[in-house]
Amino acid sequence: METAIKEPTTSKSNFKSEEYFINMGPQHPATHGVLRLLLTIDGEIIKKVEPDLGYIHRSIEKMCENNSYQQIVHLTDRLDYLSSHINNEAVCLCVENALELEVPERVKVIRTILGELTRIASHTLWWGVMGMDVGALTTYFYGFRDREMINDIFEETCGARLTMNYNVPGGLMQDIHPNFVKRVKEFIPHFRSKLPEYDRLLTGNIIFQKRTKGVGILSKEDAINFGASGPVARASGYSCDVRKYHPYSALDKITFTEALDTTGDSFARYKVRIAEMWESLAIIEQLIDNIPEGDFKVATNAVIKLPKGDFYQKVETARGEFGVYIISAGTKNPYRVKFRSPGLSNLSLLNHIAVGGKIGDLVATMATIDIVVPDIDR
Amino acid sequence: MGYFSNIYHGIRTLLTGMRVTGKYFLNARKGAITQQYPDNRDTLKMFERFRGEVVMPHDENNEHSCTGCQKCELACPNGSIEIIWDRVIDPETGKKKKAIDKHIYHFGMCTQCGLCVDACPSDAIKWAQNFENSVYDRTQLTRILNKPGSKVRAGVEE
Ligand code: SF4
Ligand code: SF4
Repeated sequence: METAIKEPTTSKSNFKSEEYFINMGPQHPATHGVLRLLLTIDGEIIKKVEPDLGYIHRSIEKMCENNSYQQIVHLTDRLDYLSSHINNEAVCLCVENALELEVPERVKVIRTILGELTRIASHTLWWGVMGMDVGALTTYFYGFRDREMINDIFEETCGARLTMNYNVPGGLMQDIHPNFVKRVKEFIPHFRSKLPEYDRLLTGNIIFQKRTKGVGILSKEDAINFGASGPVARASGYSCDVRKYHPYSALDKITFTEALDTTGDSFARYKVRIAEMWESLAIIEQLIDNIPEGDFKVATNAVIKLPKGDFYQKVETARGEFGVYIISAGTKNPYRVKFRSPGLSNLSLLNHIAVGGKIGDLVATMATIDIVVPDIDR
Repeated sequence: MGYFSNIYHGIRTLLTGMRVTGKYFLNARKGAITQQYPDNRDTLKMFERFRGEVVMPHDENNEHSCTGCQKCELACPNGSIEIIWDRVIDPETGKKKKAIDKHIYHFGMCTQCGLCVDACPSDAIKWAQNFENSVYDRTQLTRILNKPGSKVRAGVEE
């Protein structure tokens, strides 16, 4: 329906209009946490979006300076809590690289499988919430139904559903549960049968398409300029998957295609995430049948001291590139820790892509950026 | 696309979606996956590794295997464990030996990270699977894990 009524621009309108400003959040369900957006709007048209952070700041980077390297790991659960396993892995890899410690193949494979399961869990939750943000409540339940199976796998093996803290520098805290392989193998065909249902229910839905196609367009140049990463950048055609370019753990032996799109609108970001779930399933399938035998951990000193210097490790979480930067002065605590979180850079481009759109579109755009506020506000 | 084909297309996509929900609606009985909590409390079983609360198992002689080595206290990232210990004279050898007086666990501060259980060399503490932890006053969340009058099992060495 391209003949829809065109919105009169402010200058040409016969009506006198005035800009005003309104708060969205910090307690607003569509901001997915305690994020406050200061909106300058003219009628329904957004003139400016200013994110205001600090409502869930816990000074995690500072806390790391007083914790040992084993203890830092569990703090990263509380950054992007939907990718907690991948965050843990990043810290462990960073410490292991600094110590020049080679972990057993078994550990690498298990870490990769769990990482991809985390990605699927995160994307199913996002899918459910995305539908809900544009007014389709059913998706929420379907997304959570499938995520529940993954949570059960985590709970059985790691002991927790969200803040797993299963990685330790040198390996894993315990070996995988005997049921792990069986449960993952049950999950893969189950989820393969459910993903087409996702498409039928939401992807093809006319209302959903009208609300996301051509909305919140991000060009490839801007994606690079704003430091976007993850599905947000890949939907604009910027190929930046850390798993492809800097493979870690067992990912160097895996063949998978990086999900890419070129349109850069909300719908493209949606499609990239759906495609990523298929890819994650493929990655798990390649690994699950041949988890090598071996130890689940190599012994480290009870007190880990990193050599003097600075160390960086990046991984691909469900939201993009997550980096851990540790400066060590050679003691048992890090001198300084910095986390590069994907959420902050992805949020920074919100103003750029939302200006000129409607308030309702802002909600849909934010849902496709998929922010997790504790990740932004550390 | 023409005006009418647009409408037709729109309705078709809506019906496709409704077929999915309709299928679940008609098979609601078969596919119910929601936990009927709290009605299923008797049958609800948590996974054995589930991290509910740190406990110290005691055997029938009121003995535990905590030597008071304080490794859990050191491993804990937020000071949830406090060990109050003393040196007592071992009646057999006559030497002074470290023994715990109180193993205090501040459950309210615990993040369930599992580092203490992982660090304990003598498996004196482990995870309990209970998750109904609400209390009326937060002081009730501070627990002393070793039972009154308990002592370390013979043979457990640091
Ligand atoms: S689980 Fe973690 S936070 Fe809780 S007492 Fe043990 S070490 Fe401390
Ligand atoms: S519980 Fe374990 S780690 Fe803690 S003091 Fe006792 S023996 Fe040591």
